[in-house]
Amino acid sequence: MNNNLKESITAWEPAAVWSECGDGWFTVPADRFRDLAVRLRAEGFDFLRSLTGMDWGGEGFGVVYHLESTATGENVVLRTMTPDRENPVLPSVCDLWKTAELNEREAFDYFGIRFLNHPDMRRLFLRDDWVGYPLRKDYDPSQNPLRMSNEVSKDSTASFELMPDGSIIRQRNVLFDEGEYVINIGPQHPATHGVLRFRVSLEGEIIRKLDAHCGYIHRGIEKMCEELTYPQTLALTDRLDYLGAAQNRHALCMCIEKGLGVEVPERVQYIRTIMDELQRIDSHLLFFSCLCMDMGALTAFFYGFRDREKVLDILEQTTGGRLIQTYNTIGGVQADIHPDFVRKTKEFIAYMRPKLREYHEVFTGNVIAQERLKGTGVLTREDAISFGATGGTGRASGWACDVRKRHPYAAYGKVDFEEVLFTEGDCFARYMVRMREIEQSLNIIEQLIDNIPEGEYQLKMKPVIRIPEGSYYAAVEGSRGEFGVFIESRGDKYPYRMKFRSTGLPLVACLETIARGTKIADLIAIGGTLDYVVPDIDR
Amino acid sequence: MEVRNPRIKSMKYEDFNDNEYIESMVRELRENGTNVVVGCLDEVIEWGRSNSLWPLTFATSCCGIEFMAVGAARYDFARFGFEVARASPRQADFIMVAGTITHKMAPVLKRLYDQMADPKYVIATGGCAISGGPFKKSYHVVDGVDKILPVDVYIPGCPPRPEAMLYGLMQLQRKVKVQRFFGDVNRQIDRKECEELLRRDLTAEKNELNVEKDANHEQ
Ligand code: SF4
Repeated sequence: MNNNLKESITAWEPAAVWSECGDGWFTVPADRFRDLAVRLRAEGFDFLRSLTGMDWGGEGFGVVYHLESTATGENVVLRTMTPDRENPVLPSVCDLWKTAELNEREAFDYFGIRFLNHPDMRRLFLRDDWVGYPLRKDYDPSQNPLRMSNEVSKDSTASFELMPDGSIIRQRNVLFDEGEYVINIGPQHPATHGVLRFRVSLEGEIIRKLDAHCGYIHRGIEKMCEELTYPQTLALTDRLDYLGAAQNRHALCMCIEKGLGVEVPERVQYIRTIMDELQRIDSHLLFFSCLCMDMGALTAFFYGFRDREKVLDILEQTTGGRLIQTYNTIGGVQADIHPDFVRKTKEFIAYMRPKLREYHEVFTGNVIAQERLKGTGVLTREDAISFGATGGTGRASGWACDVRKRHPYAAYGKVDFEEVLFTEGDCFARYMVRMREIEQSLNIIEQLIDNIPEGEYQLKMKPVIRIPEGSYYAAVEGSRGEFGVFIESRGDKYPYRMKFRSTGLPLVACLETIARGTKIADLIAIGGTLDYVVPDIDR
Repeated sequence: MEVRNPRIKSMKYEDFNDNEYIESMVRELRENGTNVVVGCLDEVIEWGRSNSLWPLTFATSCCGIEFMAVGAARYDFARFGFEVARASPRQADFIMVAGTITHKMAPVLKRLYDQMADPKYVIATGGCAISGGPFKKSYHVVDGVDKILPVDVYIPGCPPRPEAMLYGLMQLQRKVKVQRFFGDVNRQIDRKECEELLRRDLTAEKNELNVEKDANHEQ
């Protein structure tokens, strides 16, 4: 972080204390935090990259904020905490950054931190009758046996307000009125791409309000990581967003390597970059297939899968896995590339380019597809940034949010590729961004595939890995946006806290904004083009 | 990080070739005196049933994508009569539990299963559905769907290869073909018990859709 910014933050808020440990951060007292947040927002820090709830044991509970200014690209990390373990309360920032809305609910769900003035303090992932807060260090899992009773969906929610005399009152907010016509979609519904659930209030065919329910595939990975050694944690990231398996694991490896101060060899960086791009093509092909299937074009589904199998063949030959490759390791990759890898990849590039033209003939130009995609579900650039909706969704709204360009990593600094941008922000733009990105990915691979440098594919690492004390954040461009990993280490074999910045959660957050006022049938197109993967939302 | 001499416990390769043991057992039973006319009729019905099993489109996570791959161009389960994937449980014959089942999902899955019409079958696909898989120790994952549903076929893997899924699906077909001899394959309860259950459902006081009555519901 540059010194100018450091000085200005100290000037804006003298109570903010700088700590140089890992990435470096400012600690701000809870009662002063809100003012600094407002100031930073006004100074152009409009993108809240990640919001992480924390349990610091005796020091109480807190939150870590990663902020970025989209104009200048500057980053700042803030922390705030409350020592009260009985009744932790912190100010909400969901009016400044809309993405905080769901993230704060997540922190409430995990740690029981209540955010003042947050309009909707419900649990995000767990059942309402869940006892306790699972990510607290003193959580006792025996309190929650498997409950087989069905859940009731409540039509109201709570918010907490601070009174002038310092007391906190609970307010009841209505989600859905008595008279509203509310229908339920999911969790088992083919168009939600997994087990997401919506409650939608309709007026005729028009969506008036949408309430997303997550957590049907909440696997508690972040908590599990706290009991695993660093090499063991790698196994779980592939299963988060399984269409970004290589990238997710890349992010985690990068974060651990950053903490250790390890520089991986060039060869590894090239291999990782190529693998990431193959994975992206795989994911975008699946996106194409599923979107087409949702819209009733079954032929296109088969086309997409036919070509996706070709990518999987290449991945499988080198990594041994089709969907879940578990290929990256700390300081390298699991195995050297297969002797046929280069040839096969080149063949694939030559094969894929004409196929894309075929896709456009089959689907893109189709009148029905155009009618249903063009102009529906518009997300503005401001909203995209505020929600933190990165990836294809953000770029379709004109936000240049590609991590490969913003913070180049691996071999991305060495290649020449275009960041595909659209300005319409509608379903069609989101669709086209991904189709064009396949071409760009092919270009990237083409530039690298013949130049993979010789060398080691795996550095010698110690059997027991300990990251020096501090906190670290590393991000990659996943298949559907910025996938970040935040690690707080206390110098042990195990991470003290590991958090994954989900690529999908912001997409679900912005769904309400996009869908309000559209027809119920458009929800399918909107959900399809947002391209979320539910296990990545729920983690 | 090389693994030295990994010892992988798995099914012996010879065993994969032994797919006829159920059939041979049944043949033996038949030879020892089953009713010829009804027996033949049963055989025809079960032959038909086993070749048109309709899956419920149910996928919670990664394994579901491989299940989609089984349905798509290269693996194409239409060859075996599975292609009519239904989105409604009322029209489906079997449920392929592909993916992790969490505490929040468990009652939903049970309800889906209850909504399916008899005869119905369950396949547990992947480590997660079998035992919780990589997430066995998590606070929110059900360690095995067989805790909540009766499972007919287990397909191990993380995720199982499409070939393995096809193998598992065909094992289900084999099982269905001879189900008469093993009672109701899935429920594994006899007729009497089944009737008893049905009667109880009708007469039991309406249990409000199995919703837990919770006095301090509003926190
Ligand atoms: S068994 Fe493996 S691949 Fe299948 S759902 Fe579980 S984690 Fe995913």
